[in-house]
Amino acid sequence: LFFIYCCIERISWRLQKTKALLDHTNTLSLNLTELTDQQKEFQEVARKFAREEIVPAAPSYDKSGEYPFPLIKRAWELGLMNGHIPEDCGGMGLGIFDACLITEELAFGCTGVQTAIEANSLGQMPVIIAGNDAQKKKYLGRMTEEPLMCAYCVTEPGAGSDVAGIKTRAVKKGDEYVVNGQKMWITNGGKANWYFLLARTDPDPKCSASKAFTGFIVEADTPGVQPGRKELNMGQRCSDTRGITFEDVRIPKENVLIGEGAGFKIAMGAFDKTRPPVAAGATGLAQRALEEATKYALERKTFGKFIAEHQAVSFLLAEMAMKVELARMAYQRAAWEVDQGRRNTYYASIAKAYAGDIANQCATDAVQIFGGNGFNSEYPVEKLMRDAKIYQIYEGTAQIQRLIISREHLGKFKQ
Amino acid sequence: MSARVLVGVKRVIDYAVKIRVKPDRTGVVTDGVKHSMNPFCEIAVEEAVKLKEKKLVKEVVAVSCGPQQVQETIRTALAMGADRGIHVEVSGKDYETLGPLQVSKIFAALAKKEQADLIILGKQAIDDDCNQTGQMTAALLDWPQGTFASEVTLEADKLKVVREIDGGLETIKINLPAVVTADLRLNTPRYATLPNIMKAKKKKITNVKPADLGVDVSSRLEVLKVEKLKEAGRI
Repeated sequence: LFFIYCCIERISWRLQKTKALLDHTNTLSLNLTELTDQQKEFQEVARKFAREEIVPAAPSYDKSGEYPFPLIKRAWELGLMNGHIPEDCGGMGLGIFDACLITEELAFGCTGVQTAIEANSLGQMPVIIAGNDAQKKKYLGRMTEEPLMCAYCVTEPGAGSDVAGIKTRAVKKGDEYVVNGQKMWITNGGKANWYFLLARTDPDPKCSASKAFTGFIVEADTPGVQPGRKELNMGQRCSDTRGITFEDVRIPKENVLIGEGAGFKIAMGAFDKTRPPVAAGATGLAQRALEEATKYALERKTFGKFIAEHQAVSFLLAEMAMKVELARMAYQRAAWEVDQGRRNTYYASIAKAYAGDIANQCATDAVQIFGGNGFNSEYPVEKLMRDAKIYQIYEGTAQIQRLIISREHLGKFKQ
Repeated sequence: MSARVLVGVKRVIDYAVKIRVKPDRTGVVTDGVKHSMNPFCEIAVEEAVKLKEKKLVKEVVAVSCGPQQVQETIRTALAMGADRGIHVEVSGKDYETLGPLQVSKIFAALAKKEQADLIILGKQAIDDDCNQTGQMTAALLDWPQGTFASEVTLEADKLKVVREIDGGLETIKINLPAVVTADLRLNTPRYATLPNIMKAKKKKITNVKPADLGVDVSSRLEVLKVEKLKEAGRI
């Protein structure tokens, strides 16, 4: 009797799990295998631009660290930038899915160039999701009229993952806010025309994060805004990363997003839309690693065979291919979910965490397949290894993503 | 200027694809293979759009002959700046045997119907390398032709064409209406920008059948066999 009881228990558990799975898959109508004609055309333009114009120029930008403005200007002219800007501000109002397709192609060319372009989307996102009509027209409109850059100014020397620990202060004085503080690792910091700035407006340490911070739009030429020197980083070296000092910077109250105290939610809300493209960028890098390694493996001979014919190498390539395909599916799911109007935090974090990890793995494996040549700067793969590392750090570290995923997962489970 | 330009765009196997001959040796594998606009046709579209931007012509019409898929090629031309498209429907066996003679008859008929002042074509297609359609079209219309053009200048109602020939560069002056075929160095075709791709969706493509133009597309040629060269460059 006890045995039968156990069987029934197990069957009913399995039925419940199957039902949950069925409910889950029935809601899926995303077709990952066929893009629309327009998506294919967009992807074609991005692919052509990346392979014909970014790939040849990337090594010299990496060596010199010079800001790749000619490439950025070209991308802007082709409409490959600022895709999220709504149509009534002169943009194309693209969804996150379409933006991700473009990002992956550009990242294939060079993730330094792609990050400089992506930082625009990150800076714009708070304005797109939380700006009023006047703010959107003013700050998004100008981005479509000339190739301008903007930046997302949140991280500080003492607070990265712990956003609630930022110390930059904004004090209301009449019709203005006076800002003092120090930001760090701001992409496009020295090139931006305006910044999205997160600062603390409520000095009470007991005030909760959801009320203590305010989001501002700051014109870069406001007196008191001092970008620091260009930081020399391990990879994505042509991207402009700086510290920025704010000394008695006056911001008009018209430049507050939503209202005092709404900043934290805006800053975090932007990530749901920008993490899928970052994952797409990491996937583009991994795809490049896979293609370079495959090409080399079909040219280099060892022990009488092409190295691709040795299982040790072909298995490495197979695992790289597995990772690239899965990372792509992950970011596409995350992008599609948010385009459908649903909260995608779970999927966005999974995509970003996974893509960042596999980008590093694939880049390392590519160097391995190239052997001694891979370690050398005359070959393209050592750059990929140096460029990949930051994908496990910016836009939420690999560890923070795991925190988010576990919280979301446990939250769902408890329901 | 109220001139109307017809530009021919051909959908061909993409230049980067490795061509494979079908096992029955009746042709090459086209199923599932990447296709794109013939590179010389891209140059032709670019030249037409440039003339429109200089306000020397009023309307650029992109024309392609073939099955449903050629609409993608017409859309690319629209995204590059053509104003509207004409899809001449040819499919099945007729499409397999479609060649320069039939296409030039179609273009001649369209030129009369659309009252075109200028026809710009690519000098040849990269799949058949015929290099005949431009010349035949001009002959059928009894229009002057400027082939292998590496420079085209509109001067009042005459066309100055610099042609690339074996001996060097030949400059000729021809009357309009005329047929021009584009050679490699005529210009560098622009990318279709994303906003233009979106705008192209709103531009019109009209469908027309060869019979409507009074053209018989049956072929006088029969392909006996298609086979791969054993070694390139050796007889």
